Amino acid sequence: MEIIRGYPDYMRESIEKVEKTRPQRLKATFKAMTLEEREQILNEYHPDYKPEAKRDLKIGPSKGQRLPHEVADLLEAHPLIDPDDVDLSKVDHDCDILIIGGGGAGTVAALWAHYAGIPVDRMLITTKLRHGDSNSMMAQGGIQAADRPEDSPPRHYLDAIGGGHFTNKPELVRALTMDAPRIIKWHEELGVMYDKDDKGVMMELSGGGTSRKRMHSARDYTGMEIMRTVRDEARNIGVPVLEFSPAVELLKDDQGRIAGAVLFNMETDQYYVVRAKAVILATGGFGRLHIQGFATTNHYGATADGLVMAYHVGANLIDLDSVQYHPTGAAYPEQIVGLLVTEKVRGLGAQPVNKDGELFVYPLEPRDVESANFIRECYGRDNGLTTPTGMKGVWLDSPMIDDLKGEGTIRKNLAAMVRMFERFGIDMTQDPILVFPTLHYQNGGVEITDKAETSVPGLFAGGEVEGGVHGKNRLMGNSLLDYNVFGRRAGINAAEYVKKVALGKLSLDHVRKYEEALQNAGVETDRRAPMLLPDYRGSHVLSRALDIL
Amino acid sequence: MTDTIKTRMIKVYIMGKEYDVPEGLTIMKAMEYAGYRFIRGAGCRAGFCGACGTIFRKKDEYKFKTALACQTPAEDGMYLTELPFVPANKAEYELEELASGPNIIVSLYPEIARCVSCNTCTKACPQDLQVMDYIQASLRGDIEQAAELSFDCLQCGLCAARCPADIVHYHVGQLARRLYGKFILPKSLHLKERNDEIEAGVFDQEMENLTTMDLDQLKKSYIERDIEK
Ligand SMILES: Cc1cc2nc3c(=O)[nH]c(=O)nc-3n(C[C@H](O)[C@H](O)[C@H](O)COP(=O)(O)OP(=O)(O)OC[C@H]3O[C@@H](n4cnc5c(N)ncnc54)[C@H](O)[C@@H]3O)c2cc1C
Ligand code: SF4
Ligand code: SF4
Ligand code: FES
Repeated sequence: MEIIRGYPDYMRESIEKVEKTRPQRLKATFKAMTLEEREQILNEYHPDYKPEAKRDLKIGPSKGQRLPHEVADLLEAHPLIDPDDVDLSKVDHDCDILIIGGGGAGTVAALWAHYAGIPVDRMLITTKLRHGDSNSMMAQGGIQAADRPEDSPPRHYLDAIGGGHFTNKPELVRALTMDAPRIIKWHEELGVMYDKDDKGVMMELSGGGTSRKRMHSARDYTGMEIMRTVRDEARNIGVPVLEFSPAVELLKDDQGRIAGAVLFNMETDQYYVVRAKAVILATGGFGRLHIQGFATTNHYGATADGLVMAYHVGANLIDLDSVQYHPTGAAYPEQIVGLLVTEKVRGLGAQPVNKDGELFVYPLEPRDVESANFIRECYGRDNGLTTPTGMKGVWLDSPMIDDLKGEGTIRKNLAAMVRMFERFGIDMTQDPILVFPTLHYQNGGVEITDKAETSVPGLFAGGEVEGGVHGKNRLMGNSLLDYNVFGRRAGINAAEYVKKVALGKLSLDHVRKYEEALQNAGVETDRRAPMLLPDYRGSHVLSRALDIL
Repeated sequence: MTDTIKTRMIKVYIMGKEYDVPEGLTIMKAMEYAGYRFIRGAGCRAGFCGACGTIFRKKDEYKFKTALACQTPAEDGMYLTELPFVPANKAEYELEELASGPNIIVSLYPEIARCVSCNTCTKACPQDLQVMDYIQASLRGDIEQAAELSFDCLQCGLCAARCPADIVHYHVGQLARRLYGKFILPKSLHLKERNDEIEAGVFDQEMENLTTMDLDQLKKSYIERDIEK
């Protein structure tokens, strides 16, 4: 197979067709779908609408809720630790607030808890990888906030709740959209380098499902720029961070309030007992569960641990039946399959086209609708292109961005994307790139109030681990916002909450009860959870592995 | 996933030990194929976090190279190891108290004055940044240039591991960007005005109406909203 500038010859033939239709497509638009059309294509082609991919949860407060099998498997699994193995009489860390997860939400929560009066030596962030290794670091596209005169928070509200198919919790959408400008202002004060013109006017773009341009970006490293800035601030004020030590179970006291967590040092296999008056759950999402076998955009630690731990203590879950697939995951080359091609590529004008170079969908439908259209084009109409490793995809006609917005726009605004493809021999300023939907975001999660409280006293949650904010579908740019808004609210409200708490005796009885509930429900399995890390070792190795050291 | 690729096998040497892996995997996936399960050394797996800094030499080549394991194809004859941690001291500062003058960076990171202009950091950078140039810009007090040139830095630490002058480039770049973002980039006026409006309660009534609106009315408002082109 001959490879020419990154693509095998048969893919090159299809690229020629794309080039041929480009001049006339530069002026072309495609009609957006009506609500009825959306509903129909979602039902027929969206992976989330397949009834056989889900089941009813057998135990716990959200019993009966329909969940993807991969999530239900973790909730219907034995707890990772046996309470009898853990000595709760010796406390390793004692603090007011324990924050689980050192991504965006956790770091923001620490800063705002500190602003609200909690000294840094009375808090602890514990995290699974390094501080900042998280989905937050990976966001490219941007963050929404209605701060232009032609825009308003109520408009943002309408876009978010319509995008979520009117299933979002109103109080949460209100908090999200009303706090947004304050968050961007805070970032500006911390020194986040948002894209602005020379007068300080934010350069804002449209995103899927937004009715105004309100996507703020910092080139295409928006997530990295925000994450590293808040992390730098946390380091400056001295927030203690424990790395490679995931929480494996929450603790309660004898009055049923949250009272800390058991952590596990993955490098020494030792556990730590942390006593805390409040816990903020900021463990992010579940992309690494590879729901329905999909590749994912998510970081290595996105394994739904927070959902499992919260469910063990009896927290309500919400909207977890709905999973977000990002329409544009890389489908070629093999090394980067599933990695994100930011929505900004479409925001800047690139159109999705099929193997014959035809535009087949409005480029900026809400994500679920856009994804369903891609899947129909590949599997319903057979108009996709098959890669040498058997993956199907449609073209995203990136070179047209420079035609529309001027030479050099792609390199300037999409440096991370250009670099990613260049590393594998593809020049996206000259050639289109092949894409297919990829598992991207956990729409639902642990149910919270607008004060970021869960249904369990003392347990707060912010960011991708919680649910209700986005209903059944999140719009681009609303989750960076989410982790900031609810990370902040969690920090502030936890700081307020701990003032009144005097903890009783630590206990893991809820874990014993969970085990009983599993038995009563007749769940027979050797699965254990939380998962902590996925296992990608080669099957030839796993089939001959011994656990003897 | 990696097991389905049927291609030529190549030999890689992970910390000197030989393994056969299929051609066409990244270094990270090749190590996993060989049986490694990462605790350290894998973060985003997509070229954004800098957790997977890697050093390698090819058999029969004298050059010592650096890469991101998640963004670099494994090649036949690579002797490699990940370098997932680089000891580095970060200056602690209160940004509010640093007005942006020319000497701030060098006063917090005096070691940048020891740069011998060997350009090793630039050669080590897997993001192809002009690392030496941003250090030199920092030394000159050109905060804007230091911020611009360091913007795409993933903080992988490979430059700092190689620098003969013991400079921690990525912390220097981080400081430059925060100074630039805070003190030099113009403040957004419309952002301030919107915050003032929210503060003054301008949107409260409209928001109240929306949160209490019945579903049909809400749907209607959604469908009828005008879309900015
Ligand atoms: C590639 C990509 C691009 C994206 N682009 C955008 C975008 O343009 N705009 C937008 O708004 N959103 C975007 N998103 C979504 C957004 O980045 C995330 O939803 C958001 O950052 C989540 O923040 P978080 O703090 O809740 O979770 P994370 O940032 O993922 O942080 C969770 C942290 O908790 C740690 N952790 C997990 N389990 C445990 C445990 N048991 N104990 C301790 N620690 C644990 C994790 O390792 C991680 O560090 C994108 C996401 C991805 C993956
Ligand atoms: S490696 Fe160190 S000494 Fe050499 S150019 Fe870079 S900063 Fe200067
Ligand atoms: S400048 Fe240094 S830390 Fe930053 S990406 Fe380049 S080598 Fe890594
Ligand atoms: S794992 Fe994050 S850059 Fe490689």
